[in-house]
Parts: sequence; structure tokens; C-alpha cells
Amino acid sequence: MSGRTCVIRRILIANRGEIAVRVIRTCERLGIETVLAASAADMDSVPARRADHVICIGPAKSSSSYLNVDAVIAAGLGARADAIHPGYGFLSENAKMAHACEAAGLVFIGPTEAQLAAVGDKLTARRLAVAAGLPVVPGGEARTPHEAHVLASHIGFPLLIKAVGGGGGRGMKQVHAARQLDETMDMAIAEAQAAFGDPRVYLERYIAAGRHIEVQVLGDGEEVVHLGTRDCSIQRRYQKLLEEAPAPNLSESLREAMHGAAVAFARRLRYRGLGTVEFLMDCERETFYFLEMNARIQVEHPVTEEICGLDLVEEQIAVAEGRKLRVSQAGVKFSGAAIECRINAENWTQDFRPSPGAVTRACFAVGEGIRVDTHMQSGAKIPPYYDSLIAKLIAHGKDRPAALARLADALVRTEISGIDSTLRMHRELVRQAPLQRGGVTTAYFEEFLKSRAAIDAGGVR
Amino acid sequence: MQLTDGDVRVILELLDATAFNELHLETHQFSLTLRRAEAGWTEESAILTAPAPLTAPAPLAAAATPPGGASVGSLPWIADARAVEGLVEIRAPLPGTFYRSPKPGSAPFVEVGGRVEVDTVLALVETMKLMNSVVAGLRGRVIEICARDAEFVEQHAVLLRIAPDSIVSEASS
Repeated sequence: MSGRTCVIRRILIANRGEIAVRVIRTCERLGIETVLAASAADMDSVPARRADHVICIGPAKSSSSYLNVDAVIAAGLGARADAIHPGYGFLSENAKMAHACEAAGLVFIGPTEAQLAAVGDKLTARRLAVAAGLPVVPGGEARTPHEAHVLASHIGFPLLIKAVGGGGGRGMKQVHAARQLDETMDMAIAEAQAAFGDPRVYLERYIAAGRHIEVQVLGDGEEVVHLGTRDCSIQRRYQKLLEEAPAPNLSESLREAMHGAAVAFARRLRYRGLGTVEFLMDCERETFYFLEMNARIQVEHPVTEEICGLDLVEEQIAVAEGRKLRVSQAGVKFSGAAIECRINAENWTQDFRPSPGAVTRACFAVGEGIRVDTHMQSGAKIPPYYDSLIAKLIAHGKDRPAALARLADALVRTEISGIDSTLRMHRELVRQAPLQRGGVTTAYFEEFLKSRAAIDAGGVR
Repeated sequence: MQLTDGDVRVILELLDATAFNELHLETHQFSLTLRRAEAGWTEESAILTAPAPLTAPAPLAAAATPPGGASVGSLPWIADARAVEGLVEIRAPLPGTFYRSPKPGSAPFVEVGGRVEVDTVLALVETMKLMNSVVAGLRGRVIEICARDAEFVEQHAVLLRIAPDSIVSEASS
């Protein structure tokens, strides 16, 4: 840490979709100029219209545009930007990107190159967690099919294959029996190469009755504060669908232990930036394991913003400028509960088949305690090249029941037509008793789908 | 200047105190429609300004054209009506990137002339970062691989053509 400070006046946003709009909103408020780095497929997107300027960084295929470090750096220099905001996904956790920014004299709005390398390699992160005194799930690297079988015999089935370069739910596959191991390894390696440019994978024991709980942290290179927990247990195939803050039905001692573990991990790294330490809570044993650290802003960050009243993009920019944290741990005050639904362009009644195309109408709920983060407007197009997230509907209330009631109302008022979306699924999901009670495990969503399929089958007869 | 969430909140507060059920506001930069619904309000807004490009995207657009200068209309791997008689066309379930092998550098799932069973995986199509297996669904022999590896294919584009085993042998199996 050099201790240098600078002032960021113009930011190149190297991302797309709702997070690009999200970053632009904060920049507008702070009086920072924005230049959107967009692929040819996104040159007329909502963020492209909203940014002060847009610059084309390559063709639609993300490997030639959003994942192309040289193109993004060239755009940053061409746009005379002071800094690059990478959003989430794409180059946000790429150590080469952080290095290239530094070499080009651009501020990378994120952690240091060394920190990204350490937590980006999920095996290194596991070792660091152990060194910081955090418990980890049994597992390890598998370089060959033989190694995988040997390791699997120690771990037992079912197990998970995870991409070493993965994270954020991408690049994970479940294996139920030894005979599926080779085939699933091939698929996992192919996806890891395609998504992260790194074919390495590792194995971990699959914990059936687990909750996915994470802690938001913010560091300036010396000091680290936590901004509370989030529960992201509503998942399908390791993709989060609904998240909330704080994690409900959690003993205060366990919550404090998680806060402490997350801060200990980040402190050990002398972490600078916004990050999330993910834990898997074993409900049967009332304990938790370190999963990974995400060294970027996350999709579900709004629920934390709603309960602690901070603008996390603003804080990211502040620490990237080399400034000290502007909040102390004692100064972080939590208020109420917030829940977020991810609305995806998918047909949930047909195995979540992606549904790219043109949105003919996008009409969202508006009002007290309701927030919508989206890149949709009537007439907007959803290209087939990128992920399927189209909007996040967030409700905040004085407590969890109030937030849930507000969310349920907001979902009913929201309308997206022209493509298939998961909006109706969320309307049903938020009415379910287990969700209303709170604290479900990651197995819950599949049960919800099955129970619903059973109701449908009953209706046909 | 675009409308902020704070602006919308202020407008909404004013509107909520009136008897109006709908407000439509349009400038050359944005449009905003607020409507009273059962349990609250809805917002339909749009940014109407054109994007302001810093540089002309022309050279990049040229670079995006496939080698050989083929225009999109004449891409050979896009489905056409000339289905070969008796052959079964295996089509892309979704628009996406076609992959012939499970991972870069490894052997393709199938080659021309290869035999396939009902559950043989023929290829992968990557859509929105998800790998979708393309399964044969019939027994037969691969006659043609119509899509190029790692290239984008439209939904329903013909990926492969397969000569099915005769109906007689299918029934007796």
C-alpha cells in the first residue's frame, strides 16, 4: 500500500446489464463522468444510453470484448478515464486486469493484483482460510481422472466439482456416484475453460442440509469492517435466485462468529475494496465452513445497502482513490430486513430454458421500500450471448415479515412481457410457508419445484 | 440529464396526494409513466437518448465478420430448406456457441461416419454461459457436421445430419 490518493473524475465501466446501470447511477449522483465499454451487441442497451459516452470494445462474443483485457485497457486510455469499474463477472476478479490497469496508469476499482490472485485461485483461498483459522469443507485439487477417483473415495459421494477459477456459483457440478465422475469432470473442465479460461477443478464434499450465508466486508488495505450477513440459500444449480439481509433465524453467537471469521480472513489479506466471504452453514452441526471469497461487488449487494444505508459503489470508489474507510465498525448501523428476487429471462416451467429476445413491456413496482435494479425498458433486447439476469426487485421493511409483504405486493404489480421470465415463479415462491418462516437450506428450492410439479400433475387428471 | 430514483420518489409523493391514476411524462431524453395499481404504483420508464459513441465502431464490426467475408445471410451453417432426403437433422435447441468436443483440444464427441446411439452426446451448445448437451435421440450414422466448432449458431440451426438405422432394426432392437 503506497498511501497515494487520487481523485476519480471519469470511470470506464467494463461491464453490461443491470450492474452497469447500477454503477452509472452512483456516478451520476457523485458527479463522476461515465464511459461504458460495450460489445457490438450492447451499443444501444439501456446502460449505453444512460452513460455519458459509450465505446465499442469488440464483437458480441464476450471472449473478444468483455473478457478482452487489451480491448478494455485500450478503451480506458482512449476514453481518458481515471479508473475502470469492472462490475461483477467478466474481468472483475482477473488479476491480469488489475495488473494491466496499474501498468497503464488506470485505477482498478477493486482489490490489488496479489489479493485477486490469492482469492481467485480457490485452492489458494482454501489454504489462506485454514491459515486464518477458518474451517473448510473436506476436499482438494484433482488434476487427473485418477486423482479425482482417489480423492472422491476419501470425500465420499455425493460431492461437488468446482472450478479453481470459478466462483459466484459458476463452474460447480454435483456428482452422485463414482461412475458419473469422469463424464462430469469433462463437462466441468469444458465449462471452466469456457467461462474462466482456466480448466483446473477441485472436489469438495457435498453438504446436503446447508445454508449459504455470506458476510459483506469492506477494507482500505489496513482496516476492515463487516456490513453484516446475507442468506443466499434459495438456489437452483448453485445459482442464487433470492437473497436477504440479515440472514434470518441465526443464533447471535453463530452470526458473531461468522462476522469475526470474515473480518479475520480479510485482515490477513490486508484487503482493499469490497468483498464477500462465503460460508456454508451445516444446519445439523450448527457450524459453518469457509467456501470462498468474492473480491468484487456482488449481484445481491442491494440487500446489504438497504439494511445499512450505505452506497457500496460509492465506498468502492472511495477506497480505490486510496482513502481510508469512512465508516468504523461501531458506526455501521443495521435497520430492518431486505429481500431481493432475481428476475431472469428463463422459462421456469420448462427447466429454466433461457429466453433471449425483445422485451415488449417492462413495468415495475415503485414506492416506499421498493427498489428495482434493471437494464430493461419497454423495447429493450436481451441478447443470447450473456447471462439471463434482467432485473432485481428489492424490498426493505422494518422487519422480515414487512419486507416479505412488500415484496409480494411489488411482484404482483410488476409486469415483463415479450419474453419468458421467472417473475411468476417468485410470486409463488414468496408465498411458501418455509420461505415465510425463513432459514431454509439450499435443498429447499428443488423441493419447491417438485411440490409444484406434483400440484400441476394433480390438476391435469 | 436522466431522471433519478429520487426524482421519481418526489413525483410519486405529489401524485399520491392527488386523485389522478396515471401520469405520463415525456421529454426528448426520457419517458416516465406512473400508474396507480391495487396495492401501490407502477413505473414504466425509458431512456430515449441515443448512445454517444466515443469512436466509430466500424473497424470492430469489420473484425467481427467471419474469415472469408461471408455475410450473415450466406453463412453455410445456418439451416436451409435443402434437407437431404431420409436424413434426420439435429438442430440447435437454443441460440448459442456450438462445440464439437467436451473441452478445448480434446477429441470431438462424434466424427462424420461415426455411429450414434439414442443417448449419444453429439455436441454442446453454450447459451448464456450454460452448456447444453445435444443428444442424438436416435440410432444411426453421422453423415454431415454442418456447424463449425466454436461458432455461433441460431436457434433451430442444423448442427448435424444423421442417417437413421432402418425402422425395422429400430423396432427389433
